[in-house]
Amino acid sequence: MSILVFIEQRDGKLRPVSNEALGEATRLKAALGGPVVAVVAAASDPGTASLGTWGADEVLLATHESFARYEPTGYVAAVVAAVGQVKPAAVLFAASAMGKDLAPRVAARLGVGLATDCVALSAEGARLTATRPVFAAKAVQTVRFPRSPALLTLRPKAFASVEGSGSATVTLLPVAVDAAAAKAKVTGVAAAGGGKVDLTEAEIIVSGGRGLKGPEHFAMIEDLAAALGGVVGASRAVVDAGWRPHGDQVGQTGKTVSPKLYVAVGISGAIQHLAGMTSSRCIVAINKDAEAPIFKVADYGIVGDAFEVVPALTEAVRKLNG
Amino acid sequence: MLQLVCIKQVADTETRVKVAADGRTLDPTGVTWIMNPYDEFALEQSLRIKEKLGAGEVVALSLGGAGVLTTLRNALAIGADRAIHLKSDAAQPDSLQVARAIAAAAKDLGAQIVWFGKQAVDDEAGQVGAMTAELLGLPAVTVIAAMELDGATVKLEREIEGGREVIEVPLPCVLTADKGLNEPRYASLKGIMAAKKKPIEEKPAELGEPNLEIVSMTLPTARAAGRVVGEGVAAVGELVRLLRDEAKVI
Repeated sequence: MSILVFIEQRDGKLRPVSNEALGEATRLKAALGGPVVAVVAAASDPGTASLGTWGADEVLLATHESFARYEPTGYVAAVVAAVGQVKPAAVLFAASAMGKDLAPRVAARLGVGLATDCVALSAEGARLTATRPVFAAKAVQTVRFPRSPALLTLRPKAFASVEGSGSATVTLLPVAVDAAAAKAKVTGVAAAGGGKVDLTEAEIIVSGGRGLKGPEHFAMIEDLAAALGGVVGASRAVVDAGWRPHGDQVGQTGKTVSPKLYVAVGISGAIQHLAGMTSSRCIVAINKDAEAPIFKVADYGIVGDAFEVVPALTEAVRKLNG
Repeated sequence: MLQLVCIKQVADTETRVKVAADGRTLDPTGVTWIMNPYDEFALEQSLRIKEKLGAGEVVALSLGGAGVLTTLRNALAIGADRAIHLKSDAAQPDSLQVARAIAAAAKDLGAQIVWFGKQAVDDEAGQVGAMTAELLGLPAVTVIAAMELDGATVKLEREIEGGREVIEVPLPCVLTADKGLNEPRYASLKGIMAAKKKPIEEKPAELGEPNLEIVSMTLPTARAAGRVVGEGVAAVGELVRLLRDEAKVI
């Protein structure tokens, strides 16, 4: 049976996060059969033939001027139309801002179950099982789907995208768009500081906590992040204190991240913070308290004063990069 | 203007999770139950709107067994005017079941805003708000970080990767609240006293067929303990070497 993958575009550019879902769909093909069908809603073709290299066998392209920006009513109609056409065993979305908003609406429309923020999928025959963290990653749940299609959103960075040499055929997907039905209107998009990469999609994150003693000392966190080519995160304590915006918060009431490198500076490691970052590939902790819980999850730790260690580390990384 | 605030009772975020004997759900022994933290932002915003308009009604709704009454009483103490208890003994109904039950209960209520938190901190699903909107045929904006009511239009901001969308939506609508929307108030002593006299209406929850089967819940494998590279600036060189040569992340 076919696997449908919803592909995101923003400003006419395909979003790489969707390639991770294509990569996973390609792996599931062995059990579920194929083909892997990508569905894209856009004002005009954002270069969807290129999706073949990421694993799509076919592309269904729904175009309408109102699809330029994410708009739930029209996008739901496009995905539902694609489901009707290809009758997939599963529909995959990225657990991104867009996917998290869209998938539940599609599930309600189709009357089927949805597993959100999955970190692993497996298939035996046509039977799909999804694994997802619950209770802020203090536990892991496995779920199955009594009816088809199974709907799933995949946590960014939890699945690998695979670039290959395949090609995809692009077919136009007719969608009846009722522009009057779209009641919520996006009137603008304000870019976050300098178009910063979102924490959930960053490869490297340097987070600061209360140990930094004041918002002005985040400059050295910014410096280290810049040297590493990463972005800045924060603990809940410093967000609640107003030192950093809520969008920077990593943890239970903030973002869950899985970068390849997570550097925690002056963060003691409350259970709610650990919940948001323990799926990182490599964790570094810098803290002056040798007993801080953060050291229990860190691959590498330095016990010491952040005000001395961080600038030295920044300098060493800069030297390394020449 | 009537606002419906849908509230889930969840285990306190400090809870040490233990799996129950069924292998699928949380062992409730010793668990402290609280209002889902994101629902607090929704309730707070509804109260602020009511206060600003100087009129209206805030109705709190929760689905579950008799245990959820403490959370509904808390919502009344914080400031909701009345409550609806959708009674269900289902151990862990799935999101679509819950959305169906809420949609059935909300259908004839005439709410101008149906509020949710962006997700519950137990099952972390983040589905019920958008599903309920779809079932009710209402527009929905999820994960809102800022809002302002301007006549019959709501102006909102929601965070997306690398920015914020500015959105306008007409009433009636469904909104799901993110942290940062406001600073929730606590129940006052006066509010706690007043809550005792506020009505809680009981209705059966119309869940319908299950849509997701929970096979198991397990505790994650602990991360292997790492090592302390050293103390202070002297350890920086070795750390950089390990990150480059051993972990291969820089």
